[in-house]
Amino acid sequence: MQRVLVMLPVAVVIVIGGFFLWGLNPDRDPNAIPSALVSHPAPAFELDAVDGVDVPGLKTADLAAAGEPVLVNVFASWCVPCRAEHKVLTRLAASEGFPLFGINYKDKPEAARDWLNELGNPYQRIGSDLSGRAGIEWGISGVPESFLVNAEGTVVWRYVGPIASAQAQDELRDALAAARAAGAGS
Amino acid sequence: MIPELGQFALALAMAIALVQSVVPMIGAARGNLVWMRSAQSTALGQLLFVGVAFGALMWAFVVSDFTVVNVAENSNSLKPMLFKVAATWGSHEGSLLLWTLILTLFGAGVAMFGSNIPHALRARTLAVQAWISLGFLSFMLFTSNPFLRISPPPVDGNDLNPLLQDVGLAMHPPLLYIGYVGFSIVFSFAVAALIEGRVDAAWARWVRPWTLAAWVSLTAGLALGSWWAYYELGWGGWWFWDPVENVAFMPWLLGTALLHSAIVTEKRGAFKSWTILLAILTFSLSLLGTFIVRSGLLTSVHAFAVDPERGIYILALLGVSIGGSLTLFAARAPSMEGGGLFAPVSREGGLLINNLLLATACGTVLFGTLYPLFLEAVTGDKISVGPPFFNASFVPIMMPLLLVMGFGPFLTWKRADLRGISQRLWMVAAVAAVAALVLWYLVTKGPVLAILAFGLGIWLFLATLQDWGARIKLFRAPFSESLRRARNLPRASHGMTMAHLGLAVCIFGFVGSSAWKEEIVTFAEPGTEVQIAGFDIRFAKVESVPGPNYTAFRATLVVNRAGAFVQNLYPERRIYPVAQSTTTESSIRHTLAGDLYAAISEPAAETAGDVWTLRVIYEPLVNFIWLGSFMLVLGGALSLSDRRLRVGAPRRAKMPEMAQPAE
Repeated sequence: MQRVLVMLPVAVVIVIGGFFLWGLNPDRDPNAIPSALVSHPAPAFELDAVDGVDVPGLKTADLAAAGEPVLVNVFASWCVPCRAEHKVLTRLAASEGFPLFGINYKDKPEAARDWLNELGNPYQRIGSDLSGRAGIEWGISGVPESFLVNAEGTVVWRYVGPIASAQAQDELRDALAAARAAGAGS
Repeated sequence: MIPELGQFALALAMAIALVQSVVPMIGAARGNLVWMRSAQSTALGQLLFVGVAFGALMWAFVVSDFTVVNVAENSNSLKPMLFKVAATWGSHEGSLLLWTLILTLFGAGVAMFGSNIPHALRARTLAVQAWISLGFLSFMLFTSNPFLRISPPPVDGNDLNPLLQDVGLAMHPPLLYIGYVGFSIVFSFAVAALIEGRVDAAWARWVRPWTLAAWVSLTAGLALGSWWAYYELGWGGWWFWDPVENVAFMPWLLGTALLHSAIVTEKRGAFKSWTILLAILTFSLSLLGTFIVRSGLLTSVHAFAVDPERGIYILALLGVSIGGSLTLFAARAPSMEGGGLFAPVSREGGLLINNLLLATACGTVLFGTLYPLFLEAVTGDKISVGPPFFNASFVPIMMPLLLVMGFGPFLTWKRADLRGISQRLWMVAAVAAVAALVLWYLVTKGPVLAILAFGLGIWLFLATLQDWGARIKLFRAPFSESLRRARNLPRASHGMTMAHLGLAVCIFGFVGSSAWKEEIVTFAEPGTEVQIAGFDIRFAKVESVPGPNYTAFRATLVVNRAGAFVQNLYPERRIYPVAQSTTTESSIRHTLAGDLYAAISEPAAETAGDVWTLRVIYEPLVNFIWLGSFMLVLGGALSLSDRRLRVGAPRRAKMPEMAQPAE
């Protein structure tokens, strides 16, 4: 028994070493995340609704199903700038009349629910991205981050950080107008 | 000319290391004293030549010799002198040279101060140490030469990453490396003992001061590193469970376990193979850290420039040293006889629990650190493992440790009287419980776990004091007698008390600053006011201030409490034109009760004019972390200064009774 036991450290080290050898593959870049999606179709993802929040979950098909440009906003209750952004998005969604979809990134459902109860819920759909997997598919670099997806389901605009400053709001309005014009023209 | 001398010195050091790795080993096998003693001169020679190389590189930085690639890439003529010197170890090549310098420093230390160690063990230890330096010197000379020239030389250098231009940085890698690399000598002792096939109480006695020295500097290095992150990076935190922080923390956890298990080996002759295994694994984790930082295997804020060739070389080095030593361990460990018997409730039992918990905690951190790699290799999924995992796994493992730590010093060897100890400690337990309940009543927010951890911290603090008080008969005997007893108590005993108290103080800081922290992030312009933790803060103005190699935007924040002026805070955003990057210089009001921390960053939008992102954080009790770390270091240093560690091996009044192996 003891003979087997003393072999254990070597065995563990060999296994870990194997992983390291694989990890050193020069083609692998640990920092790489799927690149910005602008002018590409929205990535494939499917997220369940947040427990205790009475709007449905979010998946790729929902984006095109809206039939008009939608804003996908990645947010989390632990993200402080999201709080600043929330008020602005609520107002813009109402005044500009676009559907607002949310991806609740790496957040506890109950925390997200409390946060929405406190601040109000402007989102028509919210997908719960507990593992952060959808966040990687979307290639987010942080929270909050927002993507404008046109009626065909193509990402047309991306904004990193809170949409709160006057400049960011203008950018969103311009992108929205362009997307609507292109949609009406085709 | 001087850089060439440096390179030549490195090559010479490698030649000496080659001799040192063979000759003393053969000498020890044949009993040839002259060959064995040659290790002492070669160890000093290695230190000399690596020291010359290090000096040459530093000289190149000091005079800004941009014909050297490393200097051109990491320095700049406008940089303050302190940072020119610190830039010596700011790059991959330079820090590797520092690594090797410390490696040879510990070898030379054993050569000079190890006169109480038997010749054969000392010769073998130094030979093993030379194998390691051979690996690193060849690595440096063949893949990462710090003295490469460039032609034509650039007019000015690229500048060191501005984040690294801080006094904390100037100090923290050398200290961290002394700890990190210092465990190499313990590793060498362990491998030498395995080769020799003999581990006894005396071996543990010789190894302990070296373990302690490495542990003390690793503790100091970790504390400085986290202080630097807190103070310089403007992240408003002191620990982020970043892979590179983890790989420096894991040797600390196992090193702490080693420090305690070596006591059992020394005093009772038990845990022999376990102590050897810990010695090997602790340094293996240091090597693992070096590998992770320099291979680009995991994504981290600390990573150096990446080169796959280097990664393969270090991995091979790791394979030979860790794989080789553990295979040797597997071959020799079963033949090591166990030590004395002990009851489950005894000092041995307590230290066993200590070791199990620390090793488990270390395993958890290792798993969390490498899990993204495992998962990516197996399923292709990319994930990141962050603080939630470590808070959920590491923290609950550490809490029972605190509980046991309170009892530990009261336990006697072989068999302890649990009832007697409970009678002595029930007051302490009651006080800690009441304090925790009062705290729970006062502090409504934050997890219950935090209250529990805080209560355990109080328990540990008081129980440690109680033990110390009992040893010197405080209040039970006349004060003069207590004083006499305190003087006669071995320094190692005072050291333990101090270190355990230090950990308790750290716990207060950890819990306070993470569970009860308040944070506000807002867009601010002159006139904006925010309220946090009873302070009213007004964002007064932002002005531009020139610095030596940067321009700063300095904000003025007026802090009031209850209508009375407290002080001004001046957080800065610095722009380094040459390195084309910016850094955050936070402004902090330090008090023992908590830090008020302010940082600003770029205007939210370029057209927005005078709008800044203002981040104000109140971190209660955060300074207890540094205070506690200082006490840990002081405790280690006190223990290190104990004269019993400097004199020869322990003499026993009678041989321990040999019974069934207890391991």
